[in-house]
Amino acid sequence: MLKIKDLKAQVEDNQILNGINLDINAGEVHAIMGPNGSGKSTLSSVIAGREDYEVTDGAIDFDGEDLLDLDPEERALKGIFLSFQYPVEIPGVTVSNFIKTAINESRKGRGEEPMEAREMLAKMREKSALLEMDKSYLSRSLNEGFSGGEKKRNEIFQMAMLEPKLAILDETDSGLDIDALRIVANGVNKLRSKDNAVVIITHYQRLLDYIKPDYVHVLYQGKIVKSGGPELAHELEERGYDWIKAENA
Amino acid sequence: MTDLAQDLLSSFLVAESQLNGSRNLGVVSLRKKAMDRFEQQGFPTTRDEEWKYTNLKPVLKQDYRILLKGDDAVSFADIKKYLLSDLDTYKLVFINGKYSSWLSESTHQSFDICTFAAALNKYPDVIGDFLGKAAPAGTTFVDLNTAFADDGAFVRIKRNQTVDKPIEILYLTTDENGPAFAQNRNLIIVEQNAEVQIVERHQNIGTQPNFTNFVSEVFAAVDARVSYYKVQNDALHASLVDNTHVVQERGSNVHVGTYSFGGKLVRNNLHFYADGEHTESHMDGVTIIDDGQTVDHHTLVDHREPNCYSRELYKGIYLGNSHGVFNGKVMVRQKAQKTNAFQQNDNILLGERAKVDTKPQLEIFADDVKCSHGCTIGQLDKNALFYLRSRGIPKKEAEGLMTYAFASDALEYVKIPQLEKRLNRVITEKLGINLEFAL
Repeated sequence: MLKIKDLKAQVEDNQILNGINLDINAGEVHAIMGPNGSGKSTLSSVIAGREDYEVTDGAIDFDGEDLLDLDPEERALKGIFLSFQYPVEIPGVTVSNFIKTAINESRKGRGEEPMEAREMLAKMREKSALLEMDKSYLSRSLNEGFSGGEKKRNEIFQMAMLEPKLAILDETDSGLDIDALRIVANGVNKLRSKDNAVVIITHYQRLLDYIKPDYVHVLYQGKIVKSGGPELAHELEERGYDWIKAENA
Repeated sequence: MTDLAQDLLSSFLVAESQLNGSRNLGVVSLRKKAMDRFEQQGFPTTRDEEWKYTNLKPVLKQDYRILLKGDDAVSFADIKKYLLSDLDTYKLVFINGKYSSWLSESTHQSFDICTFAAALNKYPDVIGDFLGKAAPAGTTFVDLNTAFADDGAFVRIKRNQTVDKPIEILYLTTDENGPAFAQNRNLIIVEQNAEVQIVERHQNIGTQPNFTNFVSEVFAAVDARVSYYKVQNDALHASLVDNTHVVQERGSNVHVGTYSFGGKLVRNNLHFYADGEHTESHMDGVTIIDDGQTVDHHTLVDHREPNCYSRELYKGIYLGNSHGVFNGKVMVRQKAQKTNAFQQNDNILLGERAKVDTKPQLEIFADDVKCSHGCTIGQLDKNALFYLRSRGIPKKEAEGLMTYAFASDALEYVKIPQLEKRLNRVITEKLGINLEFAL
């Protein structure tokens, strides 16, 4: 589904990604771990198309198509979704109006008819229940005054509504208490299928107790320096990152 | 002296004895004195501090007709779109400054919603008590209006009454007079514990340029509640100087919302005088303008008594080479302890050649007060744009959505849902987006 080849990227002359290679297939869950500043969030931003980052070399191929030429909204139409580490507050736009706009603009972009109001409402009810969100949630301004946990739940709610092929969860576990973590993880698990894939970007093992990854990669200094199965996450939890740094010094 | 000033002086000599109210000696004397002051002062220029950022010259050099004729050819179909069509309202419609009874729906039953001209004859005592008592003598445009204005809206709501439906006041300009200089005046008197909602609009429905010098005096007595909405979405050859002066007694609550989307040059002089304790003064507005347009908001809140609250929130969105001005003055007199004054002016420059001059001005003579002010000038937040686009919303719609969101919190105090809907629609149209939810 997603093939990243020798990807190099910089922001304002700082080289952050130094040649990433990664293959992700439908039905898989990949975890990308690594110390602060290793390039995890940069990688997710580059995949989603944030314009602050300049790709200097390499390629990203998504379902046989070159992603790097596409605008962020075009990538979203193809089925890429990024759950933000810091979701943006937008006062004056309610969650339900935002999601309605997003769904119908996406449909328009694919040449489809807008979703029927009734269908939209039913889907919003179903997905907000999945994430144990109160009904009043939908009529609140997008992320405004939301707690950290509410913001992250709202991200997964959007993911549930948009049904992406590839979901990238960037530090979705940060700022979550154990109950919120369980709810968010449960939501993500319910959305998994043989046709979609999930990339989890995290510092810690704990989210991976709830969403079991098939592969774990360690990112350090803008490169994937180690890949393995779920046991690699446990090893990192026990030993920290110093040994990784030492190995790559 | 400019040609226009000369014309005004000579027109006054001709018109003086024919203006409505010319048998009321008090009114006659008020007019004469006002005209004398105008003769001394003339029009302000950019050398005057109050007009530093807005140059009137291009608007004043036009040759205008000053003594205007009405226009009987205007039908309801012509004006319908300027009214809140889905709402029952009282209506006062003026065409070229002349009252149009067949397009209006006035009343004298429980309260007076009628014309200033009628009130000049019918209520000489009320006129004597209120006319010119809010709008200060000595400012050019107010003086000029005092000299010439002989019609407009007269609204008087008696004690404890709540007006059953909003009042719409519509001032239309047609091509009947060629370029027209109109001067009308509203007198709005809301007695103790009474309540009223007013929607006002100036609209040029012709092709000729026009200039309107307008005065509105609002008197809110003890515990009165007034909502006054000014919809400014005029043609691009129309200019307006609006002078709205509000006097508030104890416990009254007055909101003036100014929504500026159109017109060549629009200057709003909005003054609040908090003359009693525990008053609430709300002024807010949204400005969205494009090439060749200037909107200038000059506000004053004069806190003269203790324990009062004022809230001021102006949002501006400037496209093309448009020019915005905000000058917000808050005066807190020595006696006005425990004043709570909030002021915020936020602007987004979307046009590369758009320009904003913003100037908060606080003069505080009391020591136990809470006053805050702030202004921002910026572009749309890149992170937020990326966030929206990453959800599949195209760039243009994302920008529109964010701009809409930026503007919309200045509409929070609009109490008439139909008006709010109308304003939302105009905003999305001005931003060139089609957002279904905003309608």
